[in-house]
This record gives sequence, C-alpha cells and structure tokens, in this order.
Amino acid sequence: MSEGHDHSHLSDTELRVRALESLLTEKGLVDPDALNAIVDTYENKVGPRNGATVVAKAWTDPDFKKWLLEDATAAIGSLGFIGNQGADMVVLENTASVHNVTVCTLCSCYPWSVLGLPPVWYKSFPYRARVVKEPRAVLEEFGLELGGDVEVRVWDSTSELRYLVLPERPAGTESMSEDELVGIVTRNSMIGTEKVAAPGGDA
Amino acid sequence: MDGIHDMGGMDGFGPIPIEYDEPIFHAEWEGRVYAMNGAIGAWGKWNIDAGRYGIERMPPALYLQSSYYERWLHRTEKMMVEHGLISQAELESGTPSEGEKSQPLTMEQIIERQTRSRSARVDEEVAPKFKAGDNVLVRNIHPKGHTRVPRYVRGRKGVIDRDHGVFIFPDTNALFQGKKPQHIYSVRFDARELWGPDASAQHKLYLDLWDDYLDRA
Repeated sequence: MSEGHDHSHLSDTELRVRALESLLTEKGLVDPDALNAIVDTYENKVGPRNGATVVAKAWTDPDFKKWLLEDATAAIGSLGFIGNQGADMVVLENTASVHNVTVCTLCSCYPWSVLGLPPVWYKSFPYRARVVKEPRAVLEEFGLELGGDVEVRVWDSTSELRYLVLPERPAGTESMSEDELVGIVTRNSMIGTEKVAAPGGDA
Repeated sequence: MDGIHDMGGMDGFGPIPIEYDEPIFHAEWEGRVYAMNGAIGAWGKWNIDAGRYGIERMPPALYLQSSYYERWLHRTEKMMVEHGLISQAELESGTPSEGEKSQPLTMEQIIERQTRSRSARVDEEVAPKFKAGDNVLVRNIHPKGHTRVPRYVRGRKGVIDRDHGVFIFPDTNALFQGKKPQHIYSVRFDARELWGPDASAQHKLYLDLWDDYLDRA
C-alpha cells in the first residue's frame, strides 16, 4: 500500500474539513483569515530557499561553515531561519566518503523553518519503513548511486532536533557567486536523497 | 505503544512515491487542515507529544488508509473533543450547541505561535548518564503510551556519538505527567547490529535517544 492513496476520498474529506472549519469559526475558535495567513506562510514564504541560503553561505564562507557544523542553531539563527519545527538544528556534512540521509520513521518530523513543509515521499510509508534498512536501494530510486566505499549514515529524527544535510559543492561551480549557488541547491540534496549538480552537469 | 506508526524496517510498502514539482498542498482542504491544526494548537490545550500520540492511537487499518493530512484531521478532531474545545455532538452535527462563543485568537497571535521557535530544550542542570564514546544498550521497553524509541533499536547495542543537552521527555509529556527533563544523545548503531549479517558494514544509523531509554552496555 502506498500513499498514492493520498488523492482518494477527496469529496468526503473535503466536506468534513469544510464542516469543521465552519463549526470552529462559528464557535469563535479559529479566524478564517488567520488560516489563510498560515497557508500563505508555508505556500509562499517559508521553503527550501532558506536552507539553500544556509548551504550556499557554508560553501563560500569557511568560518560560517565551521560555526554551522559546531552550532547549527546559532549559525542558522544568524540568517533568521530559526522557527517552528527548527528550534534546535543539527547540520550533517556530506563528503566524498560519508553520505548522510534523514528520515522520521515514527511520524514525519522535518525542519520546516529551513525546508518548508515536507514532500509526499518523505511522509510516505515506503520511505519511513525502508530508508533505515536499505538506504542504498532507496537512494537508487532517487537516481543516486553511491560507491561501495562510501559510508551511508541514516539519521532517524526521533526527537525535536531537526537535521539539515550540507551537500557537497559540485565541481565546476568555483566561479559562481553565493547568490547563484543558492539557485542550484535542491530540497532533496538537503534531505540527503540526491547530490547537487553543477548547472548543465551531472551530480 | 507498539503501534502501526512505528514503521522503521517494515517491508512490503513498495517503491518511494517520488513526485516532481509537487505543490505544497495537493488540495485546498490539506492547507485548511494544516492551518486549523496550528490555529487550534495555539490554544495550548495539549503539547506536541500528546498531538503525536493522538495520531498513534488511530486504529491501524484506518492509519494505513489515511493520507498524512487525513491523519492530522483525525487527530485535530479527536484532541478537540478530548480537551473540551468542541463536543462530540457538535463534531457530528457541525452545529454549535447553545452557549458562550470564544473570542478567537488574533491573526497576529496565531501566526506568531505557528511560526515561532518552540524549543523542547530545558534550561535545567541535569547530570548526563553517558558521554561520547560510551557503549549503551537500548532498553527493551514497551510502554503502552507514547514513546520515541522505535522498536527496531530496542534491545540493541550502540555507541553515544554526542550529547545534545537536556530536553523534555516525550513519554511523560504526552500523558501530561510532566517534562522529566533529561539528556538526549545521538546514538550510533551498526546496521549489522540492527538488521543482521547481510547488512552493509558501510551503513550506520543515528537516533536521538533519551537517558530513560538507555543502559550502559
């Protein structure tokens, strides 16, 4: 069973949600404008560009990178990206010999303040069940094949600490500015299910 | 509880459902559920651990049939009834009973509470039981309530990788029995300790585990 099931029951669920919002509004428990503002925040304001900004700065500023790996909460906080589901951060550095990947097997904990809300695959039963046991097979489904000598570290977010992967800076990006680098850092590379590719190149 | 939510290591779920260029919400109702959950959570009637326990108590078959935001909807409805924000009759009829209306929290209050940093770190001196490099054995415990120690590491040996400091203990907090502040450690496991001799020697797992889950090995 997969979460392809996500899109069924739509009409029943939709009616139930509308009825609930109407009840809560009539009771004075929620303000629909506040609900609109919350949706707008996560659709348009808080997203993986925050994380990409952190990564690009770490790639171009060795002092920031050192700080980020030692005290991610303070370093990320200095850029203004500490928030709900990201109060206490840990950054994991991917290198040629170590590949980190993150999951939450028990629910779907995810660093909202730097990556926004999680994609369906991250919340899916297959990902939660499998990546801790067969990470290489899972990564191959994302098109990522790691050499046999690479150590794969899987981080299961069982606490309120939130993990952000610092991907490797790809070769061929030496002349790119920090702002340009922000544009090539993908969400999945900061979860650990892909590498960052240089523009026009392969990861 | 040994629930269906504790999925680490299960087989049979099939390939990862990767979707490219996916929207933040796949339907308008998902965003409304997400936002209602936050806005109702802002009333402070329960904590994040109790909220997770609300999802874990879903009947297993219903859990498996429900999407992520359907599970959130189930939780929000259940917790509101359990904590007296609405009655079961109101939930079923969709109509408020006679009585006093609440004054909704303002938009500013809700946005602030929904987006602000809420650390589970506790500013209290609590002595750590372990230090980096210590060998530990995860307790073989099966609490009936909420817990954050997955089945796949219980009874297994690992090594303390680092001490993250003092945090709220979810097992007691979820049941409103106090914060019981204690240290969380990153504990490192060899895949072979968890998954047997066929696992790769180049595969390690790291879990955040609290003092109460661990014994010295």
